[in-house]
Amino acid sequence: MSSQASSLHAWLTSETPTSRRQARWAAVYKGWLSLKSNHMAMAGLAIIIALITVAALAPWLAPHDPFVQDLGNRLQPLGAEGHVLGTDSLGRDILSRLIYGARITLYIVALVALIAPIVGLLVGTISGYAGGWVDLVMMRITDIFLAFPRLVLALAFVAALGAGIENAVLAISLTAWPPYARMARAETLTIRGSDYISAIRLQGAGPLRIITKHIWPLCISSLIVRVTLDMAGIILAAAGLGFLGLGAQPPSPEWGAMISEGRRFLLDHWWVATMPGLAIFTVSLAFNLLGDGLRDVLDPKDSSS
Amino acid sequence: MTTLLDVKNLWVKFPTRNGIFDAVRGVSFSLGKERLGIVGESGSGKSMTGRAILQLIRKPGMIEADHIALQGQNLLNLSEKQMRSVRGKQISMVMQDPKFSLNPVLTVGDQIVEAYRLHNKASKAEARAKALEMLEAVSIRDPERVMKAYPHEMSGGMGQRIMIAMMLIPNPEILIADEPTSALDVSVQGQVLSIMDRLVKERGMGLIFISHDLNLVSQFCDRVLIMYAGRVVEVCQADKLHEAKHPYTQGLLGSLPKFDAPRPRLEVLNRDPAWREAPSVESTS
Amino acid sequence: MRAQRTFVKRQPQLPLPPWVRGLVITLFSISITMLGLLLVTFLIGRVMPIDPVLAVVGERASQEQYDAVFKDLGLDKPLIVQFFYYVSDVLRGDFGQSLLTARPVADDIARVFPATFELATIGILLGCILGVPLGVIAAVRRGSWIDQIARVVALVGYSMPIFWLGLMGLLLFYGILGWVGGPGRQGIFYEDMIPSVTGMILIDSALARDWGAFWDAFSHIILPASLLGYYSLAYISRMTRSFMLEQLSAEYVTTARVKGMSEWAVIWGHAFKNIRVQLITVIALSYANLLEGSVLTEIIFSWPGIGSYITTALLSADMNAVLGGTVVVGLVFICLNVFSDLLYKFFDPRSK
Repeated sequence: MSSQASSLHAWLTSETPTSRRQARWAAVYKGWLSLKSNHMAMAGLAIIIALITVAALAPWLAPHDPFVQDLGNRLQPLGAEGHVLGTDSLGRDILSRLIYGARITLYIVALVALIAPIVGLLVGTISGYAGGWVDLVMMRITDIFLAFPRLVLALAFVAALGAGIENAVLAISLTAWPPYARMARAETLTIRGSDYISAIRLQGAGPLRIITKHIWPLCISSLIVRVTLDMAGIILAAAGLGFLGLGAQPPSPEWGAMISEGRRFLLDHWWVATMPGLAIFTVSLAFNLLGDGLRDVLDPKDSSS
Repeated sequence: MTTLLDVKNLWVKFPTRNGIFDAVRGVSFSLGKERLGIVGESGSGKSMTGRAILQLIRKPGMIEADHIALQGQNLLNLSEKQMRSVRGKQISMVMQDPKFSLNPVLTVGDQIVEAYRLHNKASKAEARAKALEMLEAVSIRDPERVMKAYPHEMSGGMGQRIMIAMMLIPNPEILIADEPTSALDVSVQGQVLSIMDRLVKERGMGLIFISHDLNLVSQFCDRVLIMYAGRVVEVCQADKLHEAKHPYTQGLLGSLPKFDAPRPRLEVLNRDPAWREAPSVESTS
Repeated sequence: MRAQRTFVKRQPQLPLPPWVRGLVITLFSISITMLGLLLVTFLIGRVMPIDPVLAVVGERASQEQYDAVFKDLGLDKPLIVQFFYYVSDVLRGDFGQSLLTARPVADDIARVFPATFELATIGILLGCILGVPLGVIAAVRRGSWIDQIARVVALVGYSMPIFWLGLMGLLLFYGILGWVGGPGRQGIFYEDMIPSVTGMILIDSALARDWGAFWDAFSHIILPASLLGYYSLAYISRMTRSFMLEQLSAEYVTTARVKGMSEWAVIWGHAFKNIRVQLITVIALSYANLLEGSVLTEIIFSWPGIGSYITTALLSADMNAVLGGTVVVGLVFICLNVFSDLLYKFFDPRSK
């Protein structure tokens, strides 16, 4: 077993890779090694993995049903019998609601992190590759979206579409894509002018092939860094919408909505609003830590520390 | 000749992940009222030597030496505050590219006036008059206009002359010129050099001229130090450079094209690892 | 980070001085952006599931009344014509009536905007006064404990939900310690006691020389303003640090040291002057973000500003008010961008 592991290590760290696959995996492995030496980033990764595990195993981990009300048992303090983190104003177990809330947070983050960068990548690369009028029009549209304050625009969208998780996701995605488009366009412009793209074009490659096979792969690493760093912002935006009552609707155990519920009892029963806030803080901190670490590995030119 | 500066066993060290890297390894020399050239390839430690004299090696770099004596006073014993009154006032430095070594958001006049007022108690008007005088001394035709201009509005040659004016205005005893003409057009190199030469002579200063250009140094300087891998491998009079004994110097000379002795193929320098290990050559003026 | 400025190819054109041409181009691009902004809000208003006619006439109106209002609102015209009407209304400062307050939206906004302005301005001042020196010191003493602290401060700022931190601040400083005033802009005792001149209570009470009211307003604004200040500090200090690091490795810094300047003078007299331009952009951007961040903060602190206004309108489906507020905040955003561009040109000799 250990000899197998060490030979894998040797294969991955070989100075003279024999195949393209080996070279690719070796690059990934080297990045992983340098990420591994960054303790803060590893702490962030650990928290995120824990979050995913908790979300996946919610029905088994949660001590209570997150929706069952017990009005006789409302606003129990921390450490109350059977309720480690106490209960909320309807007597629901806060810990169980936090555990189920992890699912909603992950759901929102995953959807936004899928939609916004892909839209941005498409708009940016097409705009950068096509140039001319297409570029002008698309970048003007991007600028218009950038000119809006993000939360206010998301609010207006939700107002038009109606409150709810899916609409919140849509609203956040609609306000999140322009920076990705800007970034992808800038990368496309530098790549497009390079000699090897001309070489490929001389060999007869069409725009579609050049964009998908040669430009996209090179945009990915900076995109990943940006997405990871943006995750924290997405979580905060989703929680903000939830807090305003425009995201997930009650009785959903969304963390932002939980803070909003607990707000009414803040002065006498502080833990009801405090616990979900701590959860949001921990998770977005984890994404920030991981994002910083990834940036150092994947995008060293931008790292400032 | 009076000795202005005496450097004894100078080391510049940088801690790196793989142990300590020695950029300069035991360099000794002394400087009188003369033009001393330091020649070497990039990475030979010639610039580091210049900056170490001014104690401007960036952290975590370290400077060690038996002494760096400026007219008998060991600079290494000075506090940072005392050292500041040495910089500019007694030893000054002209750097390679005026595009980067002049502050882009301050006017030329402000930068020169500042250099003067740092070491002289003078009113703004006096300092301004002094700066105009200095700009004229470096053959700038319209000094009033140049005073108000920003560095990006100046050509490279103008920029370097401004730099020289700025560095000489406090009237230092020693000027270190670190590749002062490498970034300039060939057409203005000679002009800038002759201005620098004239001023250094008029004021009876010592000049340390750092360059990678062996020809230039041999024409321009009185004495030449040849550095290799952080050490001085040879010292000789500039006019006797062709008599140099060290194989590195001979190799460098051999790799230069000559009009009077054209060859079909220039020699390629062969580096002998033993050169790294040989101790530095001592020099006395 | 510095914006690239490229020269446009010179083409034969009208004999206009270059600054006029620059102005025309800037104005043109601003108006395009504004038009786009209005188009987005217009379309949002169209896809809304709320019937604008019913909102005016009420549920029990007859069909004739309904049709009359339908026509009156121009809803029978093609979309493009409606958009034209919308734009010309907005240009005249007409955002329609608010359902909630039964007053013109423009009047409502004019009334609530000073509260937001006051809050965000004090917030950005705090953010700059603390954030810029913190970033500079972190860069100069890179890797030291102060750099580490600055890093943690920023990281926490990036990760903390602002509304939650606001609640915790209220709990601690108002609920437990009683150091500051509670939610709202003023205590009950001082409410409506100060004649409104600028709409900013700190200034109005100072003008009225009512120092009791001034201190009361101060005790109410300090907590939300510090909260906003903290968020802008996180961003401003990080950006300042990375700009400064770039400058400190520049050659002209060595030149300044060669001249014999003190480290303090090198940092502030030379390096810092080179980051002013970039800092202006960052500060303008984070000021704009504060206006946005104030939406949630205003809710927490019951601050009667534009954020509260939009949100309240939103929850009662008062669409004119929501879109009007959005347009105004968007316009402020655009203006801040233009303003920072102008300052950029003023401070950077290279762009003249």
